[in-house]
Parts: sequence; C-alpha cells; structure tokens
Amino acid sequence: MSEPSLAIRKFSDLANPTRFLALVAIVWPYLAGLTLCLFAVGLYLSFTTLGDYQQGETVRIMYVHVPAAWLSMMCYTVMALSALGTLVWRHPLADVSAKAAAPIGACFTLVALITGSLWGKPMWGTWWVWDARLTSVFVLFLMYLGLIALNRAMDDPTRAAKVSAVLILVGFVNIPIIKFSVEWWNTLHQPASVVRLDGPTIDPEFLWPLLVMAVAFTLLFFTLHVLAMRNEILRRRIAVLRRHAARSAGRSGDAA
Amino acid sequence: MSHAFYVTASYVAAFAVVAGLVLWVWLDHRARHRELAQLEAAGIRRRSARSGEKP
Repeated sequence: MSEPSLAIRKFSDLANPTRFLALVAIVWPYLAGLTLCLFAVGLYLSFTTLGDYQQGETVRIMYVHVPAAWLSMMCYTVMALSALGTLVWRHPLADVSAKAAAPIGACFTLVALITGSLWGKPMWGTWWVWDARLTSVFVLFLMYLGLIALNRAMDDPTRAAKVSAVLILVGFVNIPIIKFSVEWWNTLHQPASVVRLDGPTIDPEFLWPLLVMAVAFTLLFFTLHVLAMRNEILRRRIAVLRRHAARSAGRSGDAA
Repeated sequence: MSHAFYVTASYVAAFAVVAGLVLWVWLDHRARHRELAQLEAAGIRRRSARSGEKP
C-alpha cells in the first residue's frame, strides 16, 4: 500500500484491518522463525534431560501436555478479552480475533486431553477419570466446539459476533474452575507445581524443558492466531465484495 | 506397553494436531487469495482499490 496513512503509530491504529494486514505480513515470518528455533531447543532439552525417578521416561509427555493445557486456557482468555473488545469498544478486529482463536484453542485442548490420557494410562493405570480437572477441561473442549458451531451457523457476522461474545464471557467462568479445581476438590490430577505463590516445586532438570516448550507453544499460538485472523479478514472482504457485486448486478438488471 | 510407546504416541499426536492446524491456516489462505484474485479478474474490487485508478 502506498498511502502514508497506513503507518502504525499507536495501538488503536491496528483497528484498521488494512493496517493490520500490512503489519502481519511483516511480523509473521519473524514469529514463525522464532517459534521454530524455540521448538528446536525445547525438543532437544525434552529428549536429552534425565527421566524422573518415579515417572521414568513418561515425564517427557509433560513437556507437551503442560504447554498445551496452558494454551487451552490462555487461548480462551484471549477470546474473552476479544469478546470484551467486541461488546465494550466495538473494536472491528476483536470479533475476528475471537473467531480465529476458537479452532486453535480447540486443537490445543485436544492435545492436552490426548497427551494427558497417554500419561494417565502408565502412571495412574487408567486413560480417563471424571475428576474435577479432567472434566472441566473436557467441558472447555466442548465449549470451543460449541462456539465454532455457533459462529458457522450464523450468516450475519455482526449478529454472530455479539452472541458469541456474550457466550464466551459467560463461559469464562470455567477458566478459574479449571485452574483451581485441583485445590478446591480432591482430584486424581496433581496440584500445580510450576505456577505457585511459593515458586515452582519441580527440579530444574524438568523445569527448563517445560519453560522453553511453554514459550515455544505460546509463540506458535500467536503465529497461528495472527495468520488465522488474516484469513478471516480476507474471508469477510470477499463476502462484502460478492454482496456488492450481486447488488450492482441486480441494479443494472433493473435498469435494463 | 513400554513407556517409550506412550511418549512416542504423545509426541506423534501433538505433532499431527499442530500440523493439521498449520495446514488448515495455509490452505485457507491460499483459497482466499485465489478467490480474491478471481474477483479482481472479474472486475470486482474494493472501493479503496478502485479509487486509486480513477483520475
């Protein structure tokens, strides 16, 4: 774009989708590169550090499970902030952000559920238990699917945006339930060992690969999120163009 | 089953899901790009793009 007005000087300038697209085009290769580098380091650490004296090799599952579970909650938080952006500030990109994040969040929740199950079988002796933590994460997964379905079911993006924003905010109550479920109820799932008021209680041997993988997964989320937002903006542009074309075709048909 | 099986299965499952996501984002972008190009070829453009052409 040649217009000088497309320069981004303050945060609110991002509200212009064209400016946002220009920024994404610049930023995404760096984000993707950084994500790949961090995954390379994270995966190296995941497979070269020692196994646990009780969990053995299965501790390596944690390096995927914990970041995926963390992202399943962070993605929903991003969606809740976007929902606020839609309802309070009517930010034009807020709904695009919420809609683009839902399938990504669903995928990370699925990864957390699958890897948790694969860890549970050798360590707990069962694939699944209906304890508070596992059940609340499963509910989160269903909520993501519900939000995706709701968005697809409505043709008018403005109406879909409002309804989904309200539903996202109502569903946000599940996030603290997931986080504190291991403290409020007697669960088979162990309590928090990284994000605690008194600091992490796990050995640095496991903490380092976990942290690097967590940052790598977070960057992966943001890379996919901005790219999915770009796709959503293009999809809406196409819909508007088609509508305009249909209207002008109708008008010229009337005139003839 | 050995621990190695569960570890491998976890990483394979995580990789498959992430690869699926990346593929979805990439294919979606390609399809939207193509659709926009087709519209442009048919002379259907955004107002901002049209105003640039007119004197």
